[in-house]
Order: sequence, then C-alpha cells, then structure tokens
Amino acid sequence: MTQVAVQLKAPDERVAKRNPLQQLLGRPEVGALVGAIVLFIFFASVSQTFIQPASFATVLYGSSTIGIMAVGVSLLMIGGEFDLSTGVAVISSALTASMFSWYFSTNVWVGVLLALAVSLTIGFINGWILMKTKLPSFIVTLATFLMLTGLNLGLTRMIGGGVSSPSISTMDGYTSAQAVFSSSVNIGGVDVKNTVFIWIVLVAAASWVLLRTKVGNWIFAVGGDANAARAVGVPVKATKIGLFMAVGFCGWILGMHNLFAFDAVQSGEGVGNEFLYIIAAVIGGCLLTGGYGSAVGGAIGAFIFGMANKGIVYAQWNPDWFKFFLGLMLLLATIVNLIVKRRADSSKG
Amino acid sequence: MNAKQIDQQQLLRDEKDPLTHTPVHLLSLENVGKHYGNIVALTDVTMAVDNGRVTCVLGDNGAGKSTLIKIIAGLHQHDEGVLHVMGAERKFGSPRDALDAGIATVYQDLAVVPLMPIWRNFFLGSELTTGVGPFKSMDVQKMKDITKKELADMGIDLRDVEQPIGQLSGGERQCVAIARAVYFGAKVLILDEPTAALGVKQSGVVLRYILQARDRGLGVIFITHNPHHAFPVGDRFLLLKRGKSIGYYDKKDITLDELTAQMAGGAELAELAHELEQLGGHGDVVKEVQGEMAGVEHSTGKAYT
Repeated sequence: MTQVAVQLKAPDERVAKRNPLQQLLGRPEVGALVGAIVLFIFFASVSQTFIQPASFATVLYGSSTIGIMAVGVSLLMIGGEFDLSTGVAVISSALTASMFSWYFSTNVWVGVLLALAVSLTIGFINGWILMKTKLPSFIVTLATFLMLTGLNLGLTRMIGGGVSSPSISTMDGYTSAQAVFSSSVNIGGVDVKNTVFIWIVLVAAASWVLLRTKVGNWIFAVGGDANAARAVGVPVKATKIGLFMAVGFCGWILGMHNLFAFDAVQSGEGVGNEFLYIIAAVIGGCLLTGGYGSAVGGAIGAFIFGMANKGIVYAQWNPDWFKFFLGLMLLLATIVNLIVKRRADSSKG
Repeated sequence: MNAKQIDQQQLLRDEKDPLTHTPVHLLSLENVGKHYGNIVALTDVTMAVDNGRVTCVLGDNGAGKSTLIKIIAGLHQHDEGVLHVMGAERKFGSPRDALDAGIATVYQDLAVVPLMPIWRNFFLGSELTTGVGPFKSMDVQKMKDITKKELADMGIDLRDVEQPIGQLSGGERQCVAIARAVYFGAKVLILDEPTAALGVKQSGVVLRYILQARDRGLGVIFITHNPHHAFPVGDRFLLLKRGKSIGYYDKKDITLDELTAQMAGGAELAELAHELEQLGGHGDVVKEVQGEMAGVEHSTGKAYT
C-alpha cells in the first residue's frame, strides 16, 4: 500500500505543467475572443467607416441590444436550460408597460413596474412548469413562446384596436423613463447609447455572481449534473427557477428600451430573436448541455453579432450574406466548444 | 486480497473499542421497508451504526442496497418501520435534512460535477462566504487552501485544485468525495460501492480510507457486493437479498467463508447447474458451477443437491 501512496502523492509528473497561454486557452470565452479579434481586424481592413468612433458606437449599441439578453440566456444555459420564449417575452413586457399605462391613464412608471412583475412571472412560470413536469425546457418554452406570441397580438388588438401599441409619448413619466431606458451619453463627441453601459454593468454583475458567489457555484452545478447537485444539498429547483426569472429581468430591461426608444411597440415583433440570444451565448462558449460557459463569453458573442451585423453594412456588401456569416460563426464556435468539453471530460485515471 | 490470508482471530484481536460510547446507536433502522407503487423494494430491514464502527451492507444487484441508502441519505422516504438518529425518530424529507443530521453519502457516481474545478466540487452546497447582505461572496482562497490541505491529508497532493474533477482518476475522485464528507463533520458516512469500479490497488487505498474514517470516530456504512472487501474492514454485516434481510451478524459470529457462501447462495448455484445441464449448456460451464457449489458446501457443511 505504501507504493500506492507514493504513486498518488506524485501526480505532478503525470500532468504536464501548463504555461499561462495554455491556461488562457482553457477559458470558455477564448474561442469567441479570438473570433472577435479576427472579425474586427477583417472589417477594419475592408471598411474605413468601421473604425470611426461614431460607427463603432453604433456597433456597440447593436451589440448591447443582443448582449443584455445574452447575459441572462448565458446564465440559463450554464444552468443547463434553454429559453425559446425570450424574443417575444421582451415584446410582452414592453406591451404590458405601454398598454397598461395608456388604458388606465396612469403614470408610465406604474406600467414599467407592472411589466417587471409580468416579466419575472413569465420566467417563474417557465421554470416552475419545467421543474414540476420535468419536460425538456425546449418543449416548455416553445409552448410559452407560442402562447405569448398569440397573447401579444390578441390583447393588443383587443385593447388598442391595432397591431401596434398606442403612443405614450405625451404621458406622465415618459421623459424620465426614457432617460433611464433609452438615452445617449456624449463621450468625446460621440453619442453612446446608455444600453451599452447597462449591458456592461449586467455582464459584470453576472460574472461576479457566477464566479464569486455560492449561487454561481450552484448554477454551474445544476447545469453540470443536477442529480449530483441535489445529492450534496444544492437547491436545484430554486436555482433553475431563479435563472428563468433572471432571463425575465433582462427581457424587461430590453423591453423597456424598445418601448422608450420610440413610443410604441409592434405586437408582432420579437419572433426569432430568441435564437440570436442563444447564438450569442453559444458563440461565447456556453455549452448547450450546460455546466460550462461565462457571462463575458455571451457578451463577446453578442459583440461578434453586432460587428457582423453592422460591419457588412459599413463594408457596403449585400446584407443578405449576414445570416451566412452568423451560421458559419455558430458552427465554428460549437466545434470549439465540443473539443473543450471532450478534453474536460476525459479522465486521466 | 487472498481470502486465506485474512485471519479472523487476528482481526478480532486488533479490534479497538469505539472511540466514544453512546448509550444509543448513532443511527439505527428497525423493520424499515419501502415500496414503489406495487413493487416492494425493501422489507423488514434492521441494522445499527455506531461511532468508530463499520457496518457493511452486502448484497447482489437488485438486493435493495441502493434503496436502503437512499432512505438513509434522504433521497427517498421509508413507508414502514422506524429510523432513529441518536435515539430520536426521524424521516428525512431531502438530502439536505440528512446532511444536517450528520449523514453524508459518497455515491457510486460520487455526486461530483465533472466539468467543475475540484475546489468548487469540494465545497458544493456548503460554500464558505465572506461579506454581508447582497454582497456576500465566496471565500475562494480559503476554500482552495482547505481543499488542498484536506486532500493532502488523504494522501493526494494536487498541483492544481482548479482542474476539472473529471480529469482525476476514479480512486482520486473517491478520495475527494470521502475527504469532503469527513471535512464537513459527517457523523455517519455512507459509501455506496466505493470499490466497484476500481482496480485492486485503488480498492486497497479506498479500504484504508474507510478505516481512517472509522478511526476518526465516524460511523461508516459500507455498501458492497464483494465480501473480500467487506470482511477485513467491517464490524457488522447486513446481508440483503431481493429486498429482504437474510442475515445480520457481528464480526465474531461469522467467518469470511460463511459470508461468501451466504452471498453466493448455494441453493441458487445448484439450481443454475441443473438448468444449464437441461439446456445442454457447455460442459465446462456446468463443471465450473458445480465446482463452485462444492466449495460452498465445503465451507458451510450443507448439501444443496
């Protein structure tokens, strides 16, 4: 037995020392970071406009509208679940705020707070049904997606009599709400939308939660192996429901931005956007199967999306090609993720 | 581990008194039963666990071992009988309840999350935190240091506790799981088939940890289907078969050969030999089974044919 002890005491010689570069390559978001740098250099070289501060602010703004949702969706995917209802839930939130305050002629802020409650409730219901039925989240949230799409169209026509919510620009509280959810900050002569800052704050907060709090530990655990997590006392159900509610919260912020960027919302919008958020998270290194990824990765994924989206315009190409680019990025990112997971899973026993 | 080398008298002489004497058992089960719908998974099981003692639960696949530990670990609730912890009747609603009562389980699949770093796994569900209110964060450095130290005490010197636990070998992962349970002040340690997937040497290492845990005063429940692993470390033996208890012995009342015979089930072997013969089974196989039968008969003094 002494032989065994000796063998166990010296595992170092069986594990090669990793240099800092290799250690960096082990991070989930590195693939996306490399992709982002390559894409940036590429667009910077083909288009002069792309690197001008004003255009770059536009790219950042485009990225932030995806990125705010990608924060919540990334956390949810690390927690091992999926949400297909996010795209329309954003619009549901915006419609709730505008229709309620318009119909009851209240201060806009009342509608905004009600929308927050509705968004969190949608998240809670998604998570609760999932935990109760143990159905795949794909099915449950697909059902929510369809129901919300119908509700958005149906209720808007019933209450407002059209496909778009009535304008609320003249109502009490509109100006202050617009200042919070959709304003610009002038930095060095360039107008930067405040959603960019909200996005950065959300990413920082999510990263802190994920890496430095016990809730973050639980999120990784419920996504990596829910049974193991439950066995050591992690509240799996509460964690997953909480994650769906976090997605709801992000949806509320984006919904409010969509509302106050103009003064009305189209009830049929949002369909298909849920995939953009998931794509951002996947490109950013979150595993579809859960248990691995980062909030920063989701942010980089959103940034890649923003660059490709606007870069094609600045390079004066036909935007038809955009979806092709996106598909290619997604494929490459998933392959990189697959290699990462295989390496992490392989036992050296 | 050659059976012939294990001398019962030697083992009994080396037996130490329990480290602490409690008037009641640390954990005891009386006539505990469990059924899933109309399937009876476990009936009438009685056993006890004491400080500094190892209670072995032996049985073949489907004998009810897993059901038994799931009841003790709080994953399932029993339908019949009573479960006492320190003399008080308990029924665990969740694994958290059992953990809070000092019962820690090292599962066959180890309840570790392969993609997560070792230190995160070590403290999963019992994270150390600093700070107050919404800004409460994990004390990462302290957790890493403790993980490293606790594993070093178990004889594993890890270079990097950041490495995903999935990269460790089976024996090492087992050690992490045991070290985790010991560190979090478990009074009762349940080990579910810890040696099942391990080679001979690694099994030896794990058996040594079982004795270490025992010597630290823990009550250990060691679940296995291998009497050669159970006998050297166990103080009490509960034998299960088809959800029923077929024997509950103190070490002084049973020998390894008897234990093996009970496990193997002489009558069943005889039946199998007949069946194989009738089916025109391969001569060698029949002979092998008959040979094994003869061995069982020899050790128990009973004839099954």
